[in-house]
Amino acid sequence: MRELDDKVREVFPIIKNNDIAYLDNGATTQKPECVLNAVKKYYNEENANPMRGIYELSVAATDAYENAREAAAEFINAGDASEIVFTRNASESVNLIAYSYGMSQVNEGDEIIVSTAEHHSNLLPWKHVAEVKKAKVVFYDPEPAGEFDIDKLSALLSDKTKIVAITQVSNVIGRINDIKAISKLVHEKGAVLVVDGAQAIAHIRVNVKDLGADFYVFSGHKMYAPMGIGVMYGRKELLEKMPPFLFGGEMIESVTKERTTYAEVPHKFEAGTVNVGGAVGLHAAMDFIKQYGFEQIVARENMLTSVALDGMREMPYVDIIGGDMVCNHHGIVAFRVEGVHPHDVAQVFADAGVCVRAGHHCAEPLHRYLAQFAGTRINSSTRMSIAMYNTVSEVERFLDVLSSIRGLMGL
Amino acid sequence: MSSTLYNEIINEHNLRPYHKQKLENANYTLEGVNPSCGDEITLELFIEDGIIKDAAYEGSGCAISQASADIMAEMVIGKTLDEATHLSNLFLKMIKEGVSEEELEELDEAGILQSVSHMPARVKCAVLGWRTMKELIEPLKDNN
Repeated sequence: MRELDDKVREVFPIIKNNDIAYLDNGATTQKPECVLNAVKKYYNEENANPMRGIYELSVAATDAYENAREAAAEFINAGDASEIVFTRNASESVNLIAYSYGMSQVNEGDEIIVSTAEHHSNLLPWKHVAEVKKAKVVFYDPEPAGEFDIDKLSALLSDKTKIVAITQVSNVIGRINDIKAISKLVHEKGAVLVVDGAQAIAHIRVNVKDLGADFYVFSGHKMYAPMGIGVMYGRKELLEKMPPFLFGGEMIESVTKERTTYAEVPHKFEAGTVNVGGAVGLHAAMDFIKQYGFEQIVARENMLTSVALDGMREMPYVDIIGGDMVCNHHGIVAFRVEGVHPHDVAQVFADAGVCVRAGHHCAEPLHRYLAQFAGTRINSSTRMSIAMYNTVSEVERFLDVLSSIRGLMGL
Repeated sequence: MSSTLYNEIINEHNLRPYHKQKLENANYTLEGVNPSCGDEITLELFIEDGIIKDAAYEGSGCAISQASADIMAEMVIGKTLDEATHLSNLFLKMIKEGVSEEELEELDEAGILQSVSHMPARVKCAVLGWRTMKELIEPLKDNN
């Protein structure tokens, strides 16, 4: 186990070489040298089209890819590596589930429950399925401060419910949902649970079996891996009965003019030449995280979040979305500054070298929902989000700028 | 980079706008939206004899979008449709490709938004009012 302290910054070139405070980790994280080197090494030494070739290089590429799959299975405690399907990102993963499982299992009159806090990625595919299949999307509204009311969900569940889609950690509120309790309830009704793990995967230990998730999706790029590689975990029993999503090379067993037999899972869902370089990078990123362990990562990110929240609490004109308790944020702190539009807030931060995000964070329904409690017409917020390489001095720099914003805007 | 965008003029137009109100005698109205920021304005014009006699807007959004709309309204009052279109074209040119010294002078107070040209994420905010105004009067010119 490596000790996690400020020295971790040395292995992130962008962090090391720029005088910025990068606090937009909920959007994407920076990449450590070991990930960049692993990708480079793959292309320098092992690149060939995997799965097919009989020659040594192709075997090496296949091994690199399948080793990454095994690492991913272990990382989230899947039962079997074949339950890991590589995709481009969490969005594509949800689309795969929606197009394949959703379109084949949801029928007219059925219901899909989606929480209002979902990222558009875990909402729009379900709206599409509902539209095509003449089913209905039922919204679960979280409590105004972000708490999950399990009884409220229970009341929405019925025999018509086929799918429940929910995020583990909200990309705006930062609140963690009790997936274990939710999955129990969902399974009692015979529905399946799709969990968006995009904001959880780099910040807490994920155990899909313990959570009881039927599907669990995440992106590599939010966990120190390259962009363009993501994971769709699905219980094998479900994957086996699902039709393919994309058709093409590598996903078949045999093809004649009349008939096609598809390959076994997970290959059935991985049409075309796959992203081995990305998978290798993801493998390296998972190893990187494991070197430090979630115990240290959680402790450090919570410490940094608490420095941020302590400072923000002192500023009466700052409204923290989702309350000011550290345990409810998972490194994500979205906020509003009274009298200043979130985009102007982010602009002032940008001008001071602090990278934060402004907008509705791809969660427009949630912002509209929250705006009604805040009595504002502004459907957006500014968000700072922490990763394991951030430091106390960066958070202090963030707080310094935050305290100056109203003055700069003439208030 | 220092915070140059939020100077006194921008802040003043944002916090104490001159033309952010309902225009009772408006005869033309158009809504403009910048989905990337969620900025929205409803522009109202009172046009008579091919001249913009009065202009006002309502809406919400970032300081750049609101201040720029306020400056725009101030500048087009009393202008012919052609003159207003010309100003809008000049403003868009300033943001997208840059303008000459003379053109910048012509843009008067709107010229303070010049630095937005280096901020791709804010371009849509700055041009919202101008774009909406141009869209509103474009079909009217064709009728003349």
